[in-house]
Amino acid sequence: MSQIPASLLTLIAGIVITLFSIWIGLNHGLLPEQVSEQAPLVDNLFSIMLAIAFAFFLVVQGAILIFIVKYRRRAGDDTDGVYIEGNFPLEIVWTAIPALIVIGLGIYSVDVYQRMGGFAPSTGMMAHSHPSSHVAQMSRSAMAAPLMVADAEAVSPEASASESEESATPTGSEAPKVVETYKLPIYGFGAPPEVKKPADVTVNVMGLQFAWIFTYPDSGITTSELHIPVGKDIQLNITAQDVIHSFWVPQFRLKQDALPGEKSQLNFVATKTGTYPVICAELCGSYHGSMRTQVIIHTPEEYQQWLEETKVAQAGNLNQAVATKPAELSPSEFLAPYAQEMGIRAETLKQLHPQHPSS
Amino acid sequence: MTQAQIPLEQTPVVEHSEHKKAWKWYEYFTFNVDHKVIGIQYLVTTFIFYLIGGAMAVAMRTELATADSDFLNPSLYNAFLTNHGTIMIFLWVVPSAIGGFGNFLVPLMVGARDMAFPRLNAIAFWVVPPAGILLLASFFFGGAQAGWTSYPPLSEITAPQAQSIWILSLVLAGTSSILGSVNFIVTILKMKVPSMKWSQLPLFCWAILATSLLALVSTPVLAAGLVLLLFDINFGTSFFKPDANGNVVLYQHLFWFYSHPAVYLMILPVFGIMSEVIPVHSRKAIFGYKAIAYSSLAICLVGLFVWVHHMFTSGTPPWMRLFFTISTLIVAVPTGIKIFSWVATLWGGKIRFTSAMLFALGLLSMFVIGGLSGVTLGVVPFDIHAHDTYYIVAHFHYVLFGGSVFGIYAGIYHWFPKMTGRMLNETLGKIHFALTFIGTHLTFMPMHELGLKGMPRRVAMYDPQFEAINKICTFGAYVLAVSVLVFTINAIWSWVKGEKASGNPWNAMTLEWTTDSPPIIENWEVLPVVTHGPYDYGLNGRGPSAEEESAVSAQ
Ligand code: HEM
Ligand SMILES: [Cu+2]
Ligand SMILES: [Cu+2]
Repeated sequence: MSQIPASLLTLIAGIVITLFSIWIGLNHGLLPEQVSEQAPLVDNLFSIMLAIAFAFFLVVQGAILIFIVKYRRRAGDDTDGVYIEGNFPLEIVWTAIPALIVIGLGIYSVDVYQRMGGFAPSTGMMAHSHPSSHVAQMSRSAMAAPLMVADAEAVSPEASASESEESATPTGSEAPKVVETYKLPIYGFGAPPEVKKPADVTVNVMGLQFAWIFTYPDSGITTSELHIPVGKDIQLNITAQDVIHSFWVPQFRLKQDALPGEKSQLNFVATKTGTYPVICAELCGSYHGSMRTQVIIHTPEEYQQWLEETKVAQAGNLNQAVATKPAELSPSEFLAPYAQEMGIRAETLKQLHPQHPSS
Repeated sequence: MTQAQIPLEQTPVVEHSEHKKAWKWYEYFTFNVDHKVIGIQYLVTTFIFYLIGGAMAVAMRTELATADSDFLNPSLYNAFLTNHGTIMIFLWVVPSAIGGFGNFLVPLMVGARDMAFPRLNAIAFWVVPPAGILLLASFFFGGAQAGWTSYPPLSEITAPQAQSIWILSLVLAGTSSILGSVNFIVTILKMKVPSMKWSQLPLFCWAILATSLLALVSTPVLAAGLVLLLFDINFGTSFFKPDANGNVVLYQHLFWFYSHPAVYLMILPVFGIMSEVIPVHSRKAIFGYKAIAYSSLAICLVGLFVWVHHMFTSGTPPWMRLFFTISTLIVAVPTGIKIFSWVATLWGGKIRFTSAMLFALGLLSMFVIGGLSGVTLGVVPFDIHAHDTYYIVAHFHYVLFGGSVFGIYAGIYHWFPKMTGRMLNETLGKIHFALTFIGTHLTFMPMHELGLKGMPRRVAMYDPQFEAINKICTFGAYVLAVSVLVFTINAIWSWVKGEKASGNPWNAMTLEWTTDSPPIIENWEVLPVVTHGPYDYGLNGRGPSAEEESAVSAQ
């Protein structure tokens, strides 16, 4: 073969591979519906990576295939191949191209991460998003109280937890009124940088074997399913009671571990109404696989209505609280879908709101 | 210098004349200090653990054929899950690739009569069976159920006796690996025949050297983490107990500081095997010897600074998430160099499709998939979605099964004649390869989609919408089970009745092929003198005929 057709062939192959890879990147259909503002950001990143990966895949697998066909040993040939030790320019090329690609990917991912709100929680001020100190106080007790129900009075949760973090200064945090000193590291995603106002709806999320419990500090209700309005800034304050769990809604492309003794948050805006799964993604015991519930995204009006109805319904329940410890339930009791829910709910409610939510 | 010269200085004639030349079969079951016996002991023992871990996997896949938990009790599922992972890593891939091949091959490849510290070597091996037996015994207490990562607090409150036994077992396995590493480093650095230049050291030895250094640095950290966990469980300490000022994330750092490098412990020796198998069976010099050797060292070094990519969704501040995104992406570069170098080695060769070569080519093709999905996972915004899902399970099985296990198979087909003096049956070998190649894709390819669409990992029951895809995976696992059976039959049958192998059946150039198959005790009567490089194919009149050569160079 002369030079020209060979390079022409390579060129054509290159174009075909590129087009095919781009097509794959655009049409892979591997990701579920996009229901948060972050989802399209993540998906674009994934699609680009998939296209690049696919191109690499085709080039390498293609080279392997062509070489093993072309350079297979013919019967009776016992000689060796040509002696080649290496080729410096070629090696530079295949070091430099991947290096450039990963640098590009790195920069792009920092940008995506920033637009997702990934830098926001680094301030470590969870209370910042709560306008009134009363609400802030509620949310922090809601976060930490269940961890140490037994000795909640003896040791302030904030003080004990912050001792393990060098960065934290637990100055006088034992006095419930000093909300500002609350400086535990908070992990997860904050509000995107352009959003300066506090979240419209804050929900405290707690994982425990094997259920999620959602409390709404603004209205004092507790549920086992997450209800939120569409198009509003939502903030989830996530923690765990017993072991590590992980809050994941695939359609939001957001996941954050719920860590006992640590706080994390997820801020997002849901972009569609509907019902989507909430999944526990961190092994948390035998029934980890069944630790699934739902997020129901309402229109704002529906959400208000739901809020009112639930408030009324729960006001009644609270008085007939059953003192069942979730951890003492047998697995089968857990599995009976939500049969024990009232028990968990009422008990947890009591734990979560030691100073009964009155307003 | 030291021992390096001792064998040479002795007059070979005196030395070998009265020695016995081969071990009796039963001596393979004793505390034998011969590195070749120890290598085979490692390989056979770990293969048995592979079968046990594989049986657990098949049981798990059977459970997962349907969405409900209807085959295994969920606690037992978690126990299988935990012990499957632990066995495959700590009792199969690591000890067989490093302990098995490393011990058998390193002295032979550097022209030494044994490892630097033979007795220590035997001790390192004899720690492995107790570690395995302990692990299996933990099933009497329900088995450890917190995953091979065993994050507290779950690991502190679930099956505490079994968890403690699990910790002891891992500490034993870690001890074995530390002892082995010291031995490899000294052997490679000090016992190479003087006639071998550093640039003639086989790449497998470079890989074992890099691996051993990495194991020495990282294993103690894992041991520390595990001992703290043991204290928490049994002696009332609270390093990781959140309700008593402990910190659950600290454990994850300690664990992954070891366990990310552990993935290199599992793949670097296998990369070494690749660099030996591919040149021999494609009759080509390795492309870019130096680049391959240095990239191993680069992977080790960078690999020490990427561990947080396993903790992106955990208690990890933003700067950490991004720092470790970048460092993780960087590892892709030296890894790519290796892949490209092997592909380039094929160019212009005379490729022989032996079973060993098929598995090496299979690895090349599979590892690319696992490596590319690994790059996507290194990027934090995407990993947030994919972490702890079946996408991860797909990724690490492409690198561990498609990578490490394929490489071990390639190594076994390649060196079985040297180890046993008999050839493996090539027909069965090809059937084995076909089943394994198809089975691996069937089992693990669909898992990518499962994970992306929303199926978390480590679950015994899942959303019924995923059932159809899971059935494919389960079918694939059965194909893999059959493939392992074919291989086991081939290995046993060939060991007893296989065709006799010559000293150098593949016409290879490294030193282990300059002695008998199996090598005599002490390896050589007269130590070899190195006159050519390990991969000098195509030199000294062995190249292609003139007319072919011009055809090749015209392209
Ligand atoms: C025979 C083929 C194999 C099959 C069918 C198989 C199947 C599985 C399954 C079903 C899981 C549980 C996934 C989950 O629920 O998260 C798993 C986990 C795992 N496997 Fe395999 N596996 C195989 C071979 C291997 C090999 C060869 C290795 C190592 C070299 C390996 C390493 C692991 C690890 C590290 C885990 C994670 C364990 C954990 O989450 O604690 N597997 N495998
Ligand atoms: Cu869970
Ligand atoms: Cu890693």
